[in-house]
Amino acid sequence: MTDVAWIGAVLASARPHAMAALLRYFRDLDVAEEAFQEACLRALKSWPQNGPPRDAAAWLIMVGKNAAIDAVRRLKREQPLPQEEEISDLSDAEASTVARIDEADYRDDILRLLFVCCHPELPATQQIALALRIVSGLSTRQIARAFLVSDDAMEQRITRAKARVAKAHVAFEAPSAVDRSERLAVVAAMLYLLFNEGYTAGIAEAGSRAALCDEAIRLCRLLLRLFPTEPEIMALTALLLLQHARARARFDSAGSVVLLEEQDRQLWDKKLIAEGQALVDKALRHRRPGPYQVQAAIAALHARAERPQDTDWAQIDLLYGALERMQPSPIVTLNRAVAAAKVRGAKAALDMIEPLAGKLDGYFYFHGARGAFLIELGRREEARLAFDRAIALANTPAEATHIRRQLDRLASPSPQKNLGFGG
Amino acid sequence: MQYAILCYHDENVVCAWSKQQDDAVMARLAVVQEKLARQGKLGPVVRLLPTTAATTLRKDREPPLVIDGPFAETKEQLLGFYLVDCASLEEALEIARELAAANPGGAYEIRPVGVFNPGSASA
Repeated sequence: MTDVAWIGAVLASARPHAMAALLRYFRDLDVAEEAFQEACLRALKSWPQNGPPRDAAAWLIMVGKNAAIDAVRRLKREQPLPQEEEISDLSDAEASTVARIDEADYRDDILRLLFVCCHPELPATQQIALALRIVSGLSTRQIARAFLVSDDAMEQRITRAKARVAKAHVAFEAPSAVDRSERLAVVAAMLYLLFNEGYTAGIAEAGSRAALCDEAIRLCRLLLRLFPTEPEIMALTALLLLQHARARARFDSAGSVVLLEEQDRQLWDKKLIAEGQALVDKALRHRRPGPYQVQAAIAALHARAERPQDTDWAQIDLLYGALERMQPSPIVTLNRAVAAAKVRGAKAALDMIEPLAGKLDGYFYFHGARGAFLIELGRREEARLAFDRAIALANTPAEATHIRRQLDRLASPSPQKNLGFGG
Repeated sequence: MQYAILCYHDENVVCAWSKQQDDAVMARLAVVQEKLARQGKLGPVVRLLPTTAATTLRKDREPPLVIDGPFAETKEQLLGFYLVDCASLEEALEIARELAAANPGGAYEIRPVGVFNPGSASA
């Protein structure tokens, strides 16, 4: 590993801490970002000779703060009427030393930094782009590539998001316990979206987008280190790890999606599964259930099954039932029906989803699952109609291929039982 | 004499390594480990999962208290350890230096082993 790559990892790991503290000092994303950039430049000059400091984040905060204050002073000199009180404010900030800072001191700063990126007025894609830029430090080009848009378009998107955030007046006081848990929930939702941006990508984009999954997991672990007793954050981290563990098995050599039941489980990442499972166990001990815990528990049950037929569908059916009560949604019911079909048969599953026909009529998976249930019940003509509808709604060629295979099976004399979606 | 080489590093930094960087470090460490194994000096090698997956049992009270996270909140965390068999501290330090060249950053604590029971759980 070259020195620069080595220092790069140290800078990347210190970035959330340093950016969060600089944002608190300057209360402006652009100033904080410039201060951090400047500190990084100086680190690249001085660290190769002197070695990285023991507390890289504290070093970067100190150097970045001083650099930004110098810049403000220079700017003031060029202006006719200096605003004295503003300068003296900054001098006070300079006087306070950044000696040894514990994670606990950074806790609310980093949460605020993440929260700033999730302003409710920002559409989800802008929240994610802003978090990747500000917190993770990905370049505009990297983010643009991940979102499959031009560099200019992404630059504009980030600039617009920053402008909106600047007007949002996020509170800089230490948050109350209620505010803190609200912020945590909003940030968790954003990290889940970020992960899904990477996860739902096809194989063709997997290279540039897989980085989104890694980044979501990294930020989740960071959040969990700051809030080590939050069962929902444990569970979200577990959920991402357990899903990411299947990454290598999710696509075949031709780039088609491989369904969960058909994946080569030898390709699943055992280390990520072990970590995810440990976090689920830890979370459930708290006996404060929540939606991420239920979803992580479902993912853990899939991960634990060495063969598809070992899957504990009865437990998964119950867990989806719990999720339905916490977060009622037709999608959750649809997922539950897939589990219910294994436990209670296709008739029960079909009864469960028929009432959703209105809400999910434009949803690929609804018609795919319905077709699969109908085949099992021997209602082949209805199944064919459902699959035709599914193909028309397929979002990717891989989804269409999967349905076409179902139609081929339908055309063959002995119908095979096969359902199950997602990968 | 048996020594434990306890590996400490800032977990935030190790988590920021790319897959390629991590693989490269592991490959370089494997070279050192193979050499030690051939010399009959290498005992068990353990890499621990992140401290976020850790749970601590405080047993200085009754009943013991279960706490989320690692025992100590420190800048650098215990991320793994090696057990090596060598003639002297100097030799143990030499091994640690070789491992360090393959895996820079953080610190190794070289600690003589008092009791070693190889156990029976499968690896």
